Amino acid sequence: MTQFLQTLFDGITVGCLYALIALGYTMVYGILKFINFAHSDVFALGAWMSITIAGWIGLGLTGQPTPPWYMGVLVLLGAMGVCGVVGFVIERVAYRPLRNAPRINVLITAIGVSLFMQNFGQLRFAFGAYPRPFPRLIDNTALFAVAGVAVRLPDLAVIGTALALMAALQFLIYRTKFGTAMRAVSFSPRNASLMGVNVDLVISFTFVVGAMLAAAAGFLYGVKYEGQAKQTADAMWVMLGLKAFVAAVVGGIGNVRGAVLGGLLIGLIEFFGVAYLSSQYRDAYVFAILILVLLLKPEGVLGRATVEKV
Amino acid sequence: MSRLTRPTLAATLLAALSAALGGCEKSPATNSPAAGSTAAGASADTFLVGHYASMTGSEATFGVSTDNGIRLAVSEQNAAGGVNGRQITLITYDNQGKPQESVTAVTRLIDQDHVVAVLGEVASSRSLAGAPVCQRKGVPMITPSSTNPDVTAVGNMISRVCFIDPFQGYVGAKFARENLKLSKAATLYNRAQAYSSGLNSNFIDSFKKLGGEVVSEQAYSDGDNDFSAQLTAIRQMGAEFIYVPGYYTEVVNIAKQARKLGLDVPLIGGDGWDSEELRNAGSSLNGCYFSNHYSQEDTRPEVQEFVKRYQAEYGKVPDGLAALGYDSVRLLFDAAARAQSLSGADLARAINSTKGFKGVTGTITIDAKRNATKDAVVLEVVDGVPKYKATIKPD
Repeated sequence: MTQFLQTLFDGITVGCLYALIALGYTMVYGILKFINFAHSDVFALGAWMSITIAGWIGLGLTGQPTPPWYMGVLVLLGAMGVCGVVGFVIERVAYRPLRNAPRINVLITAIGVSLFMQNFGQLRFAFGAYPRPFPRLIDNTALFAVAGVAVRLPDLAVIGTALALMAALQFLIYRTKFGTAMRAVSFSPRNASLMGVNVDLVISFTFVVGAMLAAAAGFLYGVKYEGQAKQTADAMWVMLGLKAFVAAVVGGIGNVRGAVLGGLLIGLIEFFGVAYLSSQYRDAYVFAILILVLLLKPEGVLGRATVEKV
Repeated sequence: MSRLTRPTLAATLLAALSAALGGCEKSPATNSPAAGSTAAGASADTFLVGHYASMTGSEATFGVSTDNGIRLAVSEQNAAGGVNGRQITLITYDNQGKPQESVTAVTRLIDQDHVVAVLGEVASSRSLAGAPVCQRKGVPMITPSSTNPDVTAVGNMISRVCFIDPFQGYVGAKFARENLKLSKAATLYNRAQAYSSGLNSNFIDSFKKLGGEVVSEQAYSDGDNDFSAQLTAIRQMGAEFIYVPGYYTEVVNIAKQARKLGLDVPLIGGDGWDSEELRNAGSSLNGCYFSNHYSQEDTRPEVQEFVKRYQAEYGKVPDGLAALGYDSVRLLFDAAARAQSLSGADLARAINSTKGFKGVTGTITIDAKRNATKDAVVLEVVDGVPKYKATIKPD
């Protein structure tokens, strides 16, 4: 029982992070119909900006007491701001000039942006090539225990922040005028522009929002694995980004609710697979699910099937 | 400009190109004469030694420590007159902790810089990538600290100055069974690293032979950062300790997550733990042990002399990898002085016939399989700093 609950809890926590990253993939796909492969690097940038900003204001160094909670929020907002700007710049500089080019060109450009960010991040005046631990921003005490499973503040903060951000996105897309414009552009950019929607602005905004969500995921990842060192261009970032991409596809790419569902699903499948089957095939479970979904329901769990005219 | 003849132009372009390539080099080892020394490499007055190492990346302290140890030995030897009257020059290339970059680095050391011998790597997976290149091109390679048996099995050009994993696995098993009196083990290893998966099975074999029981065997892969599912499974099986044959970054993360889950059993590991970065673990590694090549608390005069000089040079205590780097290059100098010529075959023959070489990490005799047979020490981690606990001898 303890093992089941513990695995469930860990799976949901990590699933929330996958969901946050998957949202960025799915929103960009919904509007531009292309996979932004640089998204996992924006996620890594979010974590590294959090470490950097916390360092600037002198937080969480070894031997220091945990700072008050609003300092953590400050770091989170700072990282989201920087990544939002970076997301805007990437779209403006790398993708917009290719708006009318074949889709494969944009795809290759995205891989180029990803490689650029990985290698630029390793430069000495950027983040450097050495691993650095994430500072302690939230107290690590156990709040309460359910059947032997200790629930800790950082885990609750991860789940809570992720859910709040998802709710905010849901509100933005379905309850505001700008959200209506986003959905209109996703439906047909040409018709939307005929109706007076500023398509370029909507696309830029989508990238900024996606990048900010990825930055939040990076920050929360650091909070969950506090004190654990990883370097800038680690295989880990790419793998996590890839799993989030799988989550977006499993949920139905282009579908915002599908991305959230897919993220949770992938998190749970990964953790239950490791805990109850074998830890040898951790990544294999995730990609096996991808293959199954692509075979049985290619549009994803919540996706709508469309007829492609040839 | 018009005076430039075609060959000069080509030479200029070539020089510019090699300078540009040298400029791209990420290695922080600034005093390596990477560019410019290309043709002069094989000249009669310098003894060129190549080193490929993880100067950056997740295991950066491995490469940096080893390189520091080698550089210390080189500068001492140069001050004492070099090798056969030649001054020694060390060229270090960074492989970013990647096997494929190791192949590039070794090829470049041999084909472009024409080194006499190659030193490296710490991680067995990367030594296994570099060794076939050295073997094929007939250049001797000494690995300071790759413990996987397969590394020297590549061929007669490849040797090492450290013990191998079947012994190291035995040391971990024997220490747990006899010193700590534990009988139920779980293991958690990196299935993507030759070192980690090899040491894992060596440990399991020895532990079972000594009457212990392995209740759970869990794996992770490169880039994994979440070990809670594996640790939850281990906790369920009631293991008395966890054998973690991984590298220091992973071990720190595993220890933190285990304590968070309320899993307070000791972790025991191998020389992959050896790094000053263990201090990132804070108190979560207290009461944990790892087997290593030497202890800086060893009272032998060679060790204390080395620790003193290293501290004066770099301002920190040398870890085991620094000591092995120091020994590996000194053994190379010793062999070069005995060798009939500095051709690859002669030098390899001299290295492979080394007997009773007095090193910092013990007395080194290269056996028929080109491995070194030595004692191992077990260190206890106290607030992130390793302290001497026991010495375990080969049977």
